[in-house]
Amino acid sequence: MMSMQSIYLLIPLLPLLAAAIVGLANHALPRWYAHVLTIAGVAGSFALSVMVFLDVLQGHTYNGTVYTWLVSGNINFEVGFLIDQLSATMMLVVTFVSLMVHIYTIGYMHEDAGYRRFFSYISLFTFSMLMLVMSNNFMQLFFGWEAVGLVSYLLIGFWFTRPSAIYANLKAFLVNRVGDFGFLLGIGMVLYFMGSLDYATVFERAPALADSTVSVIPHQHWSLLTMTCLLLFVGAMGKSAQVPLHVWLPDSMEGPTPISALIHAATMVTAGIFMVARMSPLFELSDVALSTVMVIGAITALFMGFLGIIQNDIKRVVAYSTLSQLGYMTVALGASAYSVAMFHLMTHAFFKALLFLGAGSVIMGMHHDQDIRHMGGLSKYMKITWLTSLIGSLALIGTPFLSGFYSKDSIIEAVKLSHLSGSGFAYFAVLAGVFVTAFYSFRMYFLVFHGKERWRDLHHDAHGHDDHDEHHGLAPDQNPHEQPWVVTLPLVLLAIPSLAIGYLTIQPMLFGDWFAQVIYINQEAHPVMHHLAEDFHGASAMAIHALTSLPFILALSGVFCAWLFYMQMPQIPAAIHQRCRPLVAILENKYGFDSFNEKFFAAGSRLLGGKLWQTGDVTVIDGWLVNGTARLVGLLSGVVRRLQSGLIYHYAFAMIIGVFLLLTLFMKV
Amino acid sequence: MTDLPILSLAIWVPILAGILVLLTGDDRRAELARWIALAGSLLAFAVTVPLYTGFDFAYAGFQFEEGWNWIPAFNIHYHLGVDGFAVPLILLTSFTTILVVIAGWEVIEKRVAQYMAAFLIMSGLMIGVFSALDAILYYVFWEAMLIPMFLVIGIWGGPNRVYATIKFFLYTLLGSLLMLVAFIYLFYQTNSFEISDYYRVPLAMPVQIAIFMAFFAAFAVKIPMWPVHTWLPDAHVEAPTGGSVVLAAIALKLGGYSFLRFAMPIAPDAAHALTGMMITLSLIAVVYIALVALVQQDMKKLIAYSSISHMGFVTLGFFLFNQLGVDGAMMQMVSHGFISSAMFLSVGVLYDRVHSRQIADYGGVVNHMPKFAAFAVLFAMANAGLPGTSGFVGEFMVILAALQQNFWYAFLAATTLIFGAAYTLWMVKRVFFGAVVHKHVAKLQDLNQRELLIMLILAVLVIGVGVYPKVITDITQVTSQGFLEHMAQSKLPVN
Repeated sequence: MMSMQSIYLLIPLLPLLAAAIVGLANHALPRWYAHVLTIAGVAGSFALSVMVFLDVLQGHTYNGTVYTWLVSGNINFEVGFLIDQLSATMMLVVTFVSLMVHIYTIGYMHEDAGYRRFFSYISLFTFSMLMLVMSNNFMQLFFGWEAVGLVSYLLIGFWFTRPSAIYANLKAFLVNRVGDFGFLLGIGMVLYFMGSLDYATVFERAPALADSTVSVIPHQHWSLLTMTCLLLFVGAMGKSAQVPLHVWLPDSMEGPTPISALIHAATMVTAGIFMVARMSPLFELSDVALSTVMVIGAITALFMGFLGIIQNDIKRVVAYSTLSQLGYMTVALGASAYSVAMFHLMTHAFFKALLFLGAGSVIMGMHHDQDIRHMGGLSKYMKITWLTSLIGSLALIGTPFLSGFYSKDSIIEAVKLSHLSGSGFAYFAVLAGVFVTAFYSFRMYFLVFHGKERWRDLHHDAHGHDDHDEHHGLAPDQNPHEQPWVVTLPLVLLAIPSLAIGYLTIQPMLFGDWFAQVIYINQEAHPVMHHLAEDFHGASAMAIHALTSLPFILALSGVFCAWLFYMQMPQIPAAIHQRCRPLVAILENKYGFDSFNEKFFAAGSRLLGGKLWQTGDVTVIDGWLVNGTARLVGLLSGVVRRLQSGLIYHYAFAMIIGVFLLLTLFMKV
Repeated sequence: MTDLPILSLAIWVPILAGILVLLTGDDRRAELARWIALAGSLLAFAVTVPLYTGFDFAYAGFQFEEGWNWIPAFNIHYHLGVDGFAVPLILLTSFTTILVVIAGWEVIEKRVAQYMAAFLIMSGLMIGVFSALDAILYYVFWEAMLIPMFLVIGIWGGPNRVYATIKFFLYTLLGSLLMLVAFIYLFYQTNSFEISDYYRVPLAMPVQIAIFMAFFAAFAVKIPMWPVHTWLPDAHVEAPTGGSVVLAAIALKLGGYSFLRFAMPIAPDAAHALTGMMITLSLIAVVYIALVALVQQDMKKLIAYSSISHMGFVTLGFFLFNQLGVDGAMMQMVSHGFISSAMFLSVGVLYDRVHSRQIADYGGVVNHMPKFAAFAVLFAMANAGLPGTSGFVGEFMVILAALQQNFWYAFLAATTLIFGAAYTLWMVKRVFFGAVVHKHVAKLQDLNQRELLIMLILAVLVIGVGVYPKVITDITQVTSQGFLEHMAQSKLPVN
């Protein structure tokens, strides 16, 4: 029997080992080695995560060091694990979704030349993500945080010959670095003021600093913890794609679909949510930070949802949906409902991975055409994909009894109960978001799975020119067909938790004592969870009660509108499109974030760099100082050279003058 | 074992090996010259290894000391010794020399013996700089190492090599002369050229400022600090790959090391008084130079500017006067040695094949050189300070240390997270990714075994130090602690 410590160690190391072997051997090994090794690795770490989960269920938590990373004076940086309810939950979610995605990839990347490389990357991702969630200190958290960013960079740019892919991956990395910039400063604040980067120590020392202030700008006294929390949250905004650092996520859809499911929906993008939940003992001490978190989340939840309505690329619809749902989780964090955020993180991981993998299945069925305007009626041809996608969509919009309902409804209730400033706006945003979510989700669902088979009417030459060879699409006389079992099995396995996990786990996760030890809530200042528990009378009662509540009515009307607009009367959206040109333009420009960033930050940095170089280095330093000095020396030596003319009478003259001068000087004395 | 004069061996083995290589004569015996150079560099590395294995990690003073009279009339000694600051840099030097010999193996076809000899001799002289405890001995090594460097750039360099060499020469000469004046002044104060005597002699504030500035002129040029940095991009662009590697990996560290050995401990009160200036210049290097790097079209220039920006962390770390900062700066120097070597060698790999350093002449290299691209992306990520690589450690430590002095120092230093990634990865994007547009790129052959070996060694080091940086801080931290204790004591004369 292995000790638990070696099991903890094996969980991240198995995928790392598989990634290293497959990545380094690459073409030296037959193709099937790639998926066998990596699936064995991640399946092993899933099985061990289940063991750890059951162990934690028994109440066995762990906080210990693996090795000392470095020592400088009295500061020790360590690599270590904190295994508790929070990390055990994340480990289970990460390894399960990763396993599903590994299996699915066998089908999705079947024909790709980079098959081995892809498996190596996703296993490396699993390792990085596990290091992030299992960490017991800020240094290792930052390591995992940036390592998942690296893999995201590699995978978004997986098809490295596509200009759009290599633009998107650079953008993703840099925008994330902007977040990490704040995150690192936040970590610096933690180390300076709390003297440690170890979670337990920091959380223990934080309350004593609740009233401390720092004066970063002279004569301005800011709350130390507010500033620390906000800096840390900047990191979360980058990784979890909150406005205005959300711009990288829609573009990340350039990556292959399996990683959109794994990295850009289920796991990596939720790292920010996880981090804030982990830091609840810090955030609870600052109402300003919590309010900011809530408002940013609310803006993301609503305004990114709007953008989902006008997208025609199937993956981008799901991407904006992810942004919006991440906003929901962030709102929950701001309302001090950390466990609700974690709960939504978990249910979302299942149904959003399902929706993405379903979208991938549709894309394969459509021969890599991603435009939902070309689809329609696929339910006839792809039964499993259709049904599982329906389950995913229903879960996403919060249909009672499905997983998404429990988590999303709890968020809405929590915000309603919150008294922080900004909670009024947040409540409106999350409510309105319910309608928007239902509308764009079922717009996509109806356009893809029902109605006319629109690819049959396409003139193929009309959409061929801007597409790459992979995007050929279906010919008018072709039928889409269902995918092999490696693709549909993960869909089914993800559909099960999408249906049931909310019903089964809401009681222990939100109102039981599952997170009681790991999430700290200042009950007096933020009694949201307390009131929520008072209103909770069991999962079934909650769902039945919801049938008559406002969110459900909003969701239903969203679905109805989508059906009306896109199934029955397509002239309505066309008319709206005509009438509201400026509004549509704003949405199509994605509120102008991209063009602003491109023109102001990217072009501005290049302009500034060019000016500094040409003016500072080339003109002033080299031109005036260096070459100027050289010219001055040249000039002086020219003068001196003229003195050495070689003519005797010049020298004689100079001597005579000199003698006279010296005599004059001496005579004076 | 311990009785052997290890430091003398570390200095003279590569120099004698270099002379032996020279004796092979002209290019008819080039093959022999190569093998002797390789054997010499391996032996020279081997003799430095006991410096690590035999090092007393708990002792803050000088170890492996050797001393003989050299010029008794002026009290000049051949006095060697090392502490935790010198040892990592000496090992870096002897190690890098092996890489340079292998990297130039078949690439250098003309005057092979002289090329190899120049690097071996330079290696010995630079180790001399790191281990000299006598000011004149130090000065001799410091000046002497420039000669092979000038020759390397002047003989095997690019078309504009004469301008670059003269610029390099003038910059360094000015600084060196001022340093010599400082030494002579200190000699008149102490009647000694012993560095440890200089550490003890009380000096009035104006004198300390003058001495500090004289040293500053010498060392700031070498590091180089803004605004005396413009020789470096030109020197790199014209230097052959090996020259760039030594320049970036080691020569710049001579400046950083010398701040710790001379300028700061000899004039501690001046160092404290001038902290504002030093930190300002360091932060300008970090931010301004990073922006300049962003717009470079020449890969070597870009990496040269990147070097200056990264060295800004070294001087920043020194002048924070806390242990995390000083250890972080040392870490940054060692890591930069690996990463800048790797980056310049990567450019060398491309230059050897295509004979262009312009970013615009590439694009889509990964399609034909997948192995090379994998290494290049790794090193680029290390250059951008990715955790798990050595490039992260020093920057992380210095940024955390800077925040303890002033939030805005850390704020400006941390911009490297964004700009460092921007200039490095933008270059990677334009060189390695995308479709192939140039015919010469389509003809590229992936790494040969020799190149693969070098890349692999550097990759292991970059990741190794990133995962377990304790190997470096174990050496430096006791020394840096002693250094900071010394720095905390005023040397102003007591009236």
